[in-house]
Amino acid sequence: MKSKKTSYPYLLWMLIFTIIPIGMVLYYAFTDETGSFTLNNFVNASDYSEVFLYSLLIALISTVICLVLAYPLAYRISRCSEKNQRLIIMLLMVPMWMNFLLRIYSWVLILQNYGPLDMILSAVGIDATLIGNSGAVIVGMVYEFLPFMILPLHTVMSKIDSSLIEAAQDLGGNSLYVLRKVIFPLSVPGIISGITMVFVPTASTFLVAQYLGGTQFMIGDVIERVFQSDHNTGSAIALVLMVVILGFLVFMNKFGDEEAVSV
Amino acid sequence: MKRFFSIFMCLVLVLCIVPLASCSQSGGYEGEVNVYNWGEYISNGDDDSLDVIAEFEKRYNIKVNYTNFETNEELYNILTNSNSSYDVIIPSEYMIGRLIDEGLLEELNYDNIPNYQYIMDRFRHLDFDPERKYTVPYTWGVVALVYNTAMIEEGEISGFSDLWNEKYKDTILMFNNSRDATAISMQLCDPPINPGKKSFTHEDIDRATDKLVEQKSVLKKYVMDQVFTEMENSQSAIAPYYAGDIYTMMDNNEDLTYCLPEEGSNFFIDAMCIPTCCQNKDNAELFINFMCDPEIALANTEYIGYATPNQAAFDMLDEETKNCELIYPSQDYLDKCYIFANIDNDIYSYMQEKFVKACSSSAEVSETTETAKSSPTATIIVCIILAIIIFATLYVIVYDIVKKVKKRKN
Repeated sequence: MKSKKTSYPYLLWMLIFTIIPIGMVLYYAFTDETGSFTLNNFVNASDYSEVFLYSLLIALISTVICLVLAYPLAYRISRCSEKNQRLIIMLLMVPMWMNFLLRIYSWVLILQNYGPLDMILSAVGIDATLIGNSGAVIVGMVYEFLPFMILPLHTVMSKIDSSLIEAAQDLGGNSLYVLRKVIFPLSVPGIISGITMVFVPTASTFLVAQYLGGTQFMIGDVIERVFQSDHNTGSAIALVLMVVILGFLVFMNKFGDEEAVSV
Repeated sequence: MKRFFSIFMCLVLVLCIVPLASCSQSGGYEGEVNVYNWGEYISNGDDDSLDVIAEFEKRYNIKVNYTNFETNEELYNILTNSNSSYDVIIPSEYMIGRLIDEGLLEELNYDNIPNYQYIMDRFRHLDFDPERKYTVPYTWGVVALVYNTAMIEEGEISGFSDLWNEKYKDTILMFNNSRDATAISMQLCDPPINPGKKSFTHEDIDRATDKLVEQKSVLKKYVMDQVFTEMENSQSAIAPYYAGDIYTMMDNNEDLTYCLPEEGSNFFIDAMCIPTCCQNKDNAELFINFMCDPEIALANTEYIGYATPNQAAFDMLDEETKNCELIYPSQDYLDKCYIFANIDNDIYSYMQEKFVKACSSSAEVSETTETAKSSPTATIIVCIILAIIIFATLYVIVYDIVKKVKKRKN
């Protein structure tokens, strides 16, 4: 009883800053300027479908790259000694102490024409524009959100009992087999939460594309821009994005539960 | 203990919301004035300049609460949607027109602003404030082109049409702001639309945005403040921007030079006004008068780099600045310029919408089709994705319920 009462302030906080704003987005998305019901906003929003798909694609690619990079790294870290683990995790966190915009900005400096990377590449004879395209946006995203993939993976993996792995090896499983049958199934919850923690923000982020990308916007930028003049259409786009992400979360959680149970 | 802690945390959270304004009770000052201005738009004491705000506080013993906005729209939203009170605001001409129309500006008492006498004649009768009741001009300027002579031969650029030139493909920057971008494209439409005219139709905006979409295939990026790093670090070759800022860029990179577009250009004015939410009108007028003081106006114009409408301050400027065509274009050139101010709300939001659509349409599409419409296939794919997701979610929920019911039966 007591614990319930003490949670009221937090519930109130949630209500004011989460439930009410979502309610407002819902309200705006289904009404026009005069406040009467309309679905027109969604028709307007459909003009941005292409940007929407582009953003989802970028988010998907970034998430996959993050996963591929983070999985071996997280595994390696989890097999280090306790002391080293803490050190490495801290090192991973250090860049996150800096403002996110500053980090993106430093990527601009690295990738720009006549920047360090461009100089090195052109010295080797490769002439390429490194900035102002989707590739640069993905690089920025991966850099930005990689820690969010590593941390949950590491948490889960460090809990895997190494005697399980040894047992599998003793019973004659080669390393690939051990990975497939022991490590991977046990790390699924980490993969699930890692993917959600990367995919969701990459799909909805803004400014990264404005700094690293060219003329192609991402959906977060579009929402920001549309909101400046038209709350209703902006809310409609935001709502569609929210539904997609929410559906994605439900699906991932479900998938995660099933997997965990079946192991 | 736990409960106290949670109550304490709650209090802390609530206190975060209470505006810090209450803390800024003027200690030892006789009054206060709330000034709302663009960022980096006042002489603030850096680089041996005069700290205008400190000077005002010293001279009149009035506390200045100085805050910044980034766009006129932000200013508008704050004025209409929040309870905060400002005494002096410095919006641009089109926003002033809108604020006057909506009755959000207070009439000034020019008797309290004797320094208004220094304002040049040319700036005393302006379209957006025809009866001269609400405004005291602060700065003005034109939109010009800045280009890098290391990439483009000097003199090769003649006007805005070069922003569409295939030759400079992928090195061209454009305004990331519907108003300035549309004004430029209007001039280049065939036949051109005069952005200075009295009213616009939806068709005008459509034509102008189509022109912008056409530009996308040669464009590198839409930028605002990023233009500084892009141009100063020689990342891009050519960009349109405000004259005062171009002057700053040229200071930082010797290769940069400017061009006053032959088509004529956007002539803009930012002016000081008092909004109706003002609570210290006397102090506000005192502040405006102070800003028109020749010494102060001189310090401001030297620091910001934008042109001053203050004759006395202008006379005190060094010869080099006075004769700079970029900052103080000749009367002949100004005659070719226009003020893009007569946009009513409906057209304005239409223009914003069209601009975002133009920006978000992909460049490949724009090469084949002329209008900035998203292809229907993309819409269909999004609809399919949505349908699948909703279906999957429902399936999961139903599946859960069925499972629970089964368990209960067992």
